[in-house]
This record gives sequence, C-alpha cells and structure tokens, in this order.
Amino acid sequence: MPHVAFVLIALVALGSALGLVLKRNPIHGALFLVVNLGCIAALYLTLGAEFLAAAQVIVYAGAIMVLFVFAIMVLIPGKEETGPDPRRPWRVLALPAGLILCMLLAAYVVTVPPSPSSGVPAGGVEAIGRLLFTDYLFPFELTSVLLLAAMVGVLLLARRRPS
Amino acid sequence: MVPETWYLALSVALFCIGVVGVIIRRNPLVIFMSIELMLNAANLAFVAFGHRQGSNDGQAVVFFVMAVAAAEVAVGLAIIVAIFRVRRRLSVDDLSLMRW
Repeated sequence: MPHVAFVLIALVALGSALGLVLKRNPIHGALFLVVNLGCIAALYLTLGAEFLAAAQVIVYAGAIMVLFVFAIMVLIPGKEETGPDPRRPWRVLALPAGLILCMLLAAYVVTVPPSPSSGVPAGGVEAIGRLLFTDYLFPFELTSVLLLAAMVGVLLLARRRPS
Repeated sequence: MVPETWYLALSVALFCIGVVGVIIRRNPLVIFMSIELMLNAANLAFVAFGHRQGSNDGQAVVFFVMAVAAAEVAVGLAIIVAIFRVRRRLSVDDLSLMRW
C-alpha cells in the first residue's frame, strides 16, 4: 500500500514538473509548481517529517508561490516566448544534457552503498525543535539576520528612483 | 516500507527536469520556478537520507534551505521587476551585458 501511494504521488510530481517546464504560459507553470510542491509535502509526510510538510505548504505553496503569481501578474510576461527562438540549435542540446546528468546522478544513487540504518525512527516536531534550538542554534539565528537583510534589500531594489 | 532509493530516484528526476527547464526557457520567472524545483528535489534527497540514517539532521538542513529559498525568491523577483522597469522586456536573451 505505501508503494502504491508513493508511485501515485511520484507520477503526479513528475507530471507537474514537466508541465512547469513545457507549458508556455507562466501562470500555468506556477500552478503546476504548486501541485509539485504539494506532492513533495505529501512525500515528506510519508517519510515522517510532519513539520517539514507543514512548513512546505505554508512557506512554499503559500508565501513563495503567491509572490511568484504576484510578480507574473505585475510583469504580464509570456509574449517573449511566443516568437521563434533565435537560439534554438543550442537549446535543443538541453535534452541530451539533462539526460546525461540524470544518468550520472542515477548511477551514483544506485551504486552508493546503503548505509546501515540506525533503526531509530526520526522524531517528529518536538525533536526538530530541540535540534534547531540546540545544535543548530547559531545558523537558526543567522537565518533571522538573512531574512531581515533580504527584506531591506527588496525594499531598496523596489524603491522608485527619484528621476 | 518504501525504500529510500525510490525517493532518491524521484529526486534525481525532478532535479534534471529543473535543469532542463533552466536551459530551455527564456522567461526569467519560469527559470526561477525551475530553480525552486531543483531546490525541492535536493530537499527531498536530504529528507530521504536523514530518514535512512534515522537522524533529524536532514530535516534541520531542509528547514534552513527553505529560509534561504524564501530570501532568494524575494530578492530575485525584486531584481527581475527592477530589470523589467528599465528594459520593458522580459527575456534572458536580452540580458547579455555582462557576457564574456
């Protein structure tokens, strides 16, 4: 039963990823990406990472994708990609390049020896919270500085220059 | 129990789709979304490896990746909007000023 669930979720994830890459309309791409992020959140749940599943839905599918849709609406793009592609000969090389990369990574994944599992199941939200506020306290605090810096930087970039 | 290798295989496939998207698309917004796809594929691999080791470190790293991705998206979209204000066009082929 878990196998069936995994295969179903994985197929939806792959299909939505292909939709993001192949659809011309960026809004469709954004909606496909939301589906993909939801699938990955479901996979987190099957791996026992409840906190990350919730954070994935809130941060990615909620905040980041709203930002994307907002930017797409503001910029009204889509006309740039309807004309003939001036660099088509180079871009068709993307497919073999992606396939080669895929094979290299897959070869590594298959050949890497499975490390002996400790048998201890990973903990839930409480264990993550403990870890973040003990071992990872310094990076956690740095994250707040990073977010503040990003906020100030965005305000600076979005400011209208006095002409 | 689903073996972790399956999760890693899915992660590899999603990452490669993201790479192809970055190469073939001309719209910087779609390129950005493909990068998010790649980040998520890497996150999935982190969680799968952490699950195999029975440790929570993988999940902690994914938490930090999410925070960095949020900051990156905010700044990146602001840069794209700023470029659009100046050039009125939105194609990465136009942005060749710093090309070697």
